[in-house]
Amino acid sequence: MNGKHIGWIVLLLLGLVAPFLVYPVLVMKILCFALFACAFNLLLGYTGLLSFGHAAFLGSAGYLCGYTVQGLGLSPELGLLAGTVGAAALGFMFGSLAIRRAGIYFAMITLALAQLVYFLALQFPFTGGEDGMQGIPRGHLFGLIDLSDTMNMYFFVLAVFLFGFWIIERAIDSPFGQVLKAIRENEPRAISLGYDVDRYKLLAFVLSAALAGLAGATKTLVFQLASLTDVHWHMSGEVVLMTLLGGVGTVFGPIVGATIVVSLQNYGAELGQWVTVLTGVIFVVCVLAFRRGVVGEVALLIKRSGIRP
Amino acid sequence: MDIFGIPIQALMGQLLIGLINGSFYAILSLGLAIIFGLLNIINFAHGALYMMGAFCAWIGLTWLGLNYWVALIAVPVVVGAFGMLIERTMLKHLYQLDHLYGLLLTFGLALIIEGLFRYRFGISGESYPVPELLSGGFNLGFMFLPKYRAWVVAVSLVVCFGSWFIIERTKLGSYLRAGTENPQLLQAFGINVPLMITLTYGFGVALAALAGVLAAPVFQVNPVMGSNLIIVVFAVVVIGGMGSIMGSIVTGLGLGLIEGLTRVFYPEASAVVIFVIMGIVLLLRPAGLFGRER
Repeated sequence: MNGKHIGWIVLLLLGLVAPFLVYPVLVMKILCFALFACAFNLLLGYTGLLSFGHAAFLGSAGYLCGYTVQGLGLSPELGLLAGTVGAAALGFMFGSLAIRRAGIYFAMITLALAQLVYFLALQFPFTGGEDGMQGIPRGHLFGLIDLSDTMNMYFFVLAVFLFGFWIIERAIDSPFGQVLKAIRENEPRAISLGYDVDRYKLLAFVLSAALAGLAGATKTLVFQLASLTDVHWHMSGEVVLMTLLGGVGTVFGPIVGATIVVSLQNYGAELGQWVTVLTGVIFVVCVLAFRRGVVGEVALLIKRSGIRP
Repeated sequence: MDIFGIPIQALMGQLLIGLINGSFYAILSLGLAIIFGLLNIINFAHGALYMMGAFCAWIGLTWLGLNYWVALIAVPVVVGAFGMLIERTMLKHLYQLDHLYGLLLTFGLALIIEGLFRYRFGISGESYPVPELLSGGFNLGFMFLPKYRAWVVAVSLVVCFGSWFIIERTKLGSYLRAGTENPQLLQAFGINVPLMITLTYGFGVALAALAGVLAAPVFQVNPVMGSNLIIVVFAVVVIGGMGSIMGSIVTGLGLGLIEGLTRVFYPEASAVVIFVIMGIVLLLRPAGLFGRER
C-alpha cells in the first residue's frame, strides 16, 4: 500500500458516492475537465512542455463527436472514437510544428495554432459558427444502454475518466515516462544518452492531445453541445490554471485543480466578470507563492511530518 | 482602374489598413522583443497594456478633458510606470525560475486587467474622436487617404526606427545589448542591471501603451481589443524571431500588408493567414526569418 494505491481507492469511492451527494451533471463536468487537465499535465508536468493551445484538442474533438453522433447518426462510442482520433491527428500536426522550437516559443506556437483552429471553427459550416452544435443526442451506448438517463451517463463518464487516467498513470510509470522525465530534467543529457528526444516529445504530445480529445468528446455528450467556448484561448488558459493550482507534475494534482476551478465557476456564476479577475489573481498567487500546488504542498507536509503512508 | 479585377481604391484602402495593423504588430512585437532580450520573459500582458493605453486616453478625454496630444505623451508614461511597478513587485521574483513562470504570471495579469476593464466598461466599447488637426484627408487621385491613418503609420515608423537607433547605435543601447548577452558581466562593470531591467520593462510597456493611444481613434476602444491582437503578435514574433530589432519591425509591417492583401483577394482567409505563414516558416526555417537559435 503506497500513496498511489490510497489515492486510487479514494478516487474510486468518491466517484461512486459523488453523484448521490452533488448534482451529477456538475460531477460529470468535473470529471471531463479532470481528464483534460491530467492529459495536459502529461506534457507540462512530465515532459516540461507548456502547451498554450490545448483548447484546440478539447474543442475540435467535441465538434467531431457532435458531427459523428448528430450529423452521421452513429452511436456515442463511435463519436468518442472519432473525437479522440481526430484530436490525435491534430496533435500530430501541432506537435510536428511546435517541437521545432523550445521553451517559450513552444507556448507561443501552440497558442497561435489553436487560434487558427478557433477561426476555422468559426467559419466552417458544420460547426454552426457562433451558435455551435446544439441538441446533440446522447444515444444508446453499444446500442444497449440509454445514455439519456443521467445515472447511466454518469457511470459511463466515470468509466471513461478512469480509463483515460489509468492510461496516463501507466504512461508516467513506464520506461517511456522515465524518458519524458529525463527530457524535462535535462534535455541535452537525454540526447547524449542516445534518446531521440523529438520523437518522444511528439509521442507525448499526441498522447496528450488524444486524451484531451477524449475529454472534449465526452463533454460534448454530457452537455449535448459543442461550442466555440471550448476552442477559445481562455479554455487553454483554464487548463493551465487547473494543473498549476492542483500541482504540476503530481499524479492527482490536476484532478484536485479541476475540481476547485469547476466548482468555483459553478458556485461563483453570480460573480459575473469577477470570475475572470479572480482567475487572474489565482494565477498570480500560484506563480508567486504556491508553485507546488495543492497536492504538491500536501505531499511536502506529509513528507516533513515523517508519516510514511 | 482595376488590378486583377479589383478596383484600385479598394485595393489601396485594404493595403492602408494592412499597413496600420502592421504598424501595431511592429510596435508590439518590438516591445516584446526588447523585454524578452533582457528579462527572458514573454510579456503576455502586452495586449492588456495596449488596451489599457487606449482606455487611459479615452478616460483622459472624457473624464479629465485632456486632449489627444497630452494623452500621446502622458499615457505611455503612466502605463509605463504601472509596468515598472509590476516588474518591481512581481516579475523580479521570477528571474531565477523557469521562463515559463513569467509567461504564466503575465497571463494572470492580463486576465486581471482585462476583467477589471470589462467589469467597468462592458464589452460594447467606446469610440474616441479623431483629433481635429488630423481629421479629414488627402485626395491622392487614385485613393482617399485619411490624415489620421497617415499619421499613425508615420508615428509608428518614427517610433520603431527611433527605438532601433537607440538600441543599435547609442551607448545606452550598447548596455542593453550587453545585458542581453551577459547580465552578470555587465553588472561587474558597475552598471546597475536591476534598474536597467525595470526601465527596459517600463519602456516596452510604454511602447504598448503608445500603440494603444494611436489605435484609439482607429478602432473601437474595448476591453478585449488587446487579447485578440496579442495572439497574432505572438505569431509575428515566432515568424520574425526575436533575435533582431529590425527583424521585428520588418516582419510586423510585412505581415500587416500580407493580411491586407489577403482581405482583398481571399477574405475568408484573412483571419488565419498569419498563422498559416507561421506554420510554413516553422517548417522551412524553424528559428524564424531573422532569428538565431538560443
